[in-house]
Amino acid sequence: MQHIVLDEAEVSFPSRSANEGFARAAAACFAARLDPTLEELADIRTAVSEAVTNAVVHAYPDKIGKITMRLRLLEDDVLEIVVRDQGVGIPDIKKAREPLFTTGNEERSGMGFTIMESFMDTLQVRSTVGRGTTVTMRRRLARRTSQ
Amino acid sequence: MSVTVTSRGSCLTAALSGDIDHHGARTMMRELEEIISEELPRRLELDLSDVSFMDSSGIALLLMARRQMEHAGGTLRAVHIPAQARRVLDAAGVGRLVPLE
Ligand SMILES: Nc1ncnc2c1ncn2[C@@H]1O[C@H](COP(=O)(O)OP(=O)(O)OP(=O)(O)O)[C@@H](O)[C@H]1O
Ligand SMILES: [Mg+2]
Repeated sequence: MQHIVLDEAEVSFPSRSANEGFARAAAACFAARLDPTLEELADIRTAVSEAVTNAVVHAYPDKIGKITMRLRLLEDDVLEIVVRDQGVGIPDIKKAREPLFTTGNEERSGMGFTIMESFMDTLQVRSTVGRGTTVTMRRRLARRTSQ
Repeated sequence: MSVTVTSRGSCLTAALSGDIDHHGARTMMRELEEIISEELPRRLELDLSDVSFMDSSGIALLLMARRQMEHAGGTLRAVHIPAQARRVLDAAGVGRLVPLE
């Protein structure tokens, strides 16, 4: 589906866990122009946190790599968030998206993709082993401002 | 981000505060593990009123605490759950494993 892009911003940062909070704040800040409800804002922050944490934890298991987050405002109040890494990649995406599936340790629950899916309207995962992963999420925000 | 403990009889309340994300959960998990193994409470209550943000890292934290409490023969519940954390826990169906109030 092609969309007209009304505005966009992109940030890149190293895969340090301290940048998880930065990514959440940056996405919330970009989304603010859509006058989102508190609940919408919370959902966006949560979905971003899951996608970025995956890149920090799984994409670069024993090194610091680059993570890029692109935020776009599409027509009809659709917010698009793309989180991209050049890490290890996902061998079986279908399996990875199943609830409770995890290759992580006891600090992971295997619910990240399930949460992204339930908090956003669409979730697309593209990945190539050895090359990296791109997660694209879209959410249409309710129009509140009268015009 | 911190854990504050108060105890009343055999019931221990651990108040968690701050962001429970991958960045913050590890220290919180260690602290909580230590508290449980030292105090061995019959009932552990996690008070989440001051949690400013929670993602799937918080789910793992709750499930870890539940496992440890089960081992010790005690019970766990989470109380005063903010709306954002509640949505995360509901999406993951955590309520089936840990009573959420
Ligand atoms: N960016 C990524 N690069 C490589 N592997 C990934 C990436 N994102 C996810 N995965 C793989 O997909 C699995 C499932 O991801 P998901 O976010 O659902 O759960 P998790 O990260 O393991 O646990 P949780 O998100 O609950 O802490 C991961 O365990 C990992 O194997
Ligand atoms: Mg995850």
